[in-house]
Amino acid sequence: MSEAALRLDAFARERRDTGGKLLVPFLTAGYPDREGFSLLLEAVAASGCKVLEIGMPFSDPVADGPVIQAASQQALDRGVTMRRVLAMAAEARERHGLQVILMGYLNPVLKFGPEKFAAACTEAGVSGLIVPDLPHEESAPLRALMAERGVALIELLAPTTGTGRMASLGRSARGFLYLVSTTGVTGAGGPGDLTDTVARVRAACDQPVCVGFGISDPGTAARVCRLADGAVIGSALLRRVAEAADPTAAAAAVKEFLTEVRAAIAAQGESS
Amino acid sequence: MSIIARTGPGRFGVYGGQFVPETLMPGLSELERVYDEARSDPEFQVEFHALLKDYSGRPTPLYRARNIEREYGGQAVIYLKREDLNHTGAHKINNCLGQVLLARRMGKMRLVAETGAGQHGVATATVAAWAGLECTVYMGEVDMERQAPNVARMEMMGAKVVPVLSGARTLKDATSEAIRDWVTNVDTTHYIIGSVVGPHPYPTIVRDFQAVIGTEAREQILAAAGRLPDQVVACVGGGSNAIGIFSGFLADDGVELFGVEAGGSNQGHAAALCLGEPGVLHGSYSYLMQDDDGQVLPAHSIAAGLDYPGVGPEHSHLKDTGRVRYDTVTDAEALAACADLARREGIIPALESSHALAFARKLASGAPAGRIILVNLSGRGDKDMSSLEGAAHE
Repeated sequence: MSEAALRLDAFARERRDTGGKLLVPFLTAGYPDREGFSLLLEAVAASGCKVLEIGMPFSDPVADGPVIQAASQQALDRGVTMRRVLAMAAEARERHGLQVILMGYLNPVLKFGPEKFAAACTEAGVSGLIVPDLPHEESAPLRALMAERGVALIELLAPTTGTGRMASLGRSARGFLYLVSTTGVTGAGGPGDLTDTVARVRAACDQPVCVGFGISDPGTAARVCRLADGAVIGSALLRRVAEAADPTAAAAAVKEFLTEVRAAIAAQGESS
Repeated sequence: MSIIARTGPGRFGVYGGQFVPETLMPGLSELERVYDEARSDPEFQVEFHALLKDYSGRPTPLYRARNIEREYGGQAVIYLKREDLNHTGAHKINNCLGQVLLARRMGKMRLVAETGAGQHGVATATVAAWAGLECTVYMGEVDMERQAPNVARMEMMGAKVVPVLSGARTLKDATSEAIRDWVTNVDTTHYIIGSVVGPHPYPTIVRDFQAVIGTEAREQILAAAGRLPDQVVACVGGGSNAIGIFSGFLADDGVELFGVEAGGSNQGHAAALCLGEPGVLHGSYSYLMQDDDGQVLPAHSIAAGLDYPGVGPEHSHLKDTGRVRYDTVTDAEALAACADLARREGIIPALESSHALAFARKLASGAPAGRIILVNLSGRGDKDMSSLEGAAHE
């Protein structure tokens, strides 16, 4: 396996084993615009985050709520293509040393050509890939193709996932497991009590577990990180970008918000 | 190398599959299991067929349209399968009656649906009222305007109609929004997909419930004409009325099958099979209208029910095998065919079904004497009066 996937596997495991928590911010590629996105990358790195999820915009994002839908549409309207997404991923990796996980729906990957896409991911230094409309039953060929190129195809688990199914997903998962906090789309209401769900994942799988969907504020992130190994924050971040007066203000808001979230996660670590 | 495996859940050749978020996978498994049980349960079949008969008015008639035969040149024999005479005015009720029984077996108290022309939304609202279930229908804002009578009908039966403001504000966007609702409420809600699209097992379930069209039509035409038709024609949006009637004749090699997509106008088209290429949208791998970067293109058709950039996976397979031939008809040709049937036969067809009629006219012109053409008249045109009046004024 190549360096990149090992990097994500090893990084996530090392974090977990030392009790460190992983905060994974999500940004939509090319949002609010190309220059604004570069400023957001700087803000993410300056806040101390090490892993970044970058959304590849798609016209019909069925797993996403209104905030990420709007960000995707705006990015598409401004001409973001797969090639440009990959260039932005390379920028995040090379200029800021971030581990990059790409998140996107299957059709643009199919159209790009899966082999070409896998090669381009390696070239851009991408560590992981999340495809929300590619469940376990359909994911084996892409997982193998990405693994050959050293990119981890990250499996998603949901509250509706049965325990037996969790175990079989865990056997093939790379990087970390992405636990969807609640039945619903991104940016919806916050998660309820995840104690039982996380315990079921822990019992069935060996990988580190990061929780996403509906993690909207520092308190929720901290609460989630008491149980899991990390949290993913998307809509709450992009909402701050949308509400900012200009890209500079957006970057400042993102940096401030991520710093607060990191502090809240660290504080709960000390108190527990 | 393709990363779409030929073997996997719900394949029609390489097409189909289950390309949905993990949250929905257990819901799809449950639906598959319950449907498998229901299919082989005589009680379920008796109840379903009793509803088709007593509630929807099946069997729908097979009508020989002699006036339109003369209009089309006088050579061909034209039969219309009158799905427009179903309760609620289209074939959509066949599927909804089957699926509401499945919802009841699963103990789901709420239905969601997407709708384009409003016929599937009306059919879903209808079965929800009958079964005493809560019902939410997602409908693009553009479609709510052009199919206003159907919005009123759904609301009268107690359904909540939610306008969809994203994208092109038509069927594609309504479908995405219905899927999002289902992801959120999968524990309590059954999603009644209105066509042979979506993830497995939907394309199979909807086909099986619509197969009654083909089964009846085959018996009826044998009784009426003493032989099988030479050609069968149906319009294709997602493709459920077409699969329904084709399924009665797929095994009859001598019967030519034609699926008619919306050729639209200079504003665009909705011809996924004729002009698209394979891709993944709304849960299945099938022909799809997309750009060079894999983004889904907006469709255009004067017929809201055909205004969809994808198509059912079984149609993709039938296209590749060559068993069914797919072609297009423009908005203008469909409007003319609609007007012809209204004037000559006193039947106002839906604009969707008018696409099939317009293509039948092409087949009939220059046909040898006695050729039998069977057209699936999938729905009635009352809902289209505002579009028809608008077109008349242009």
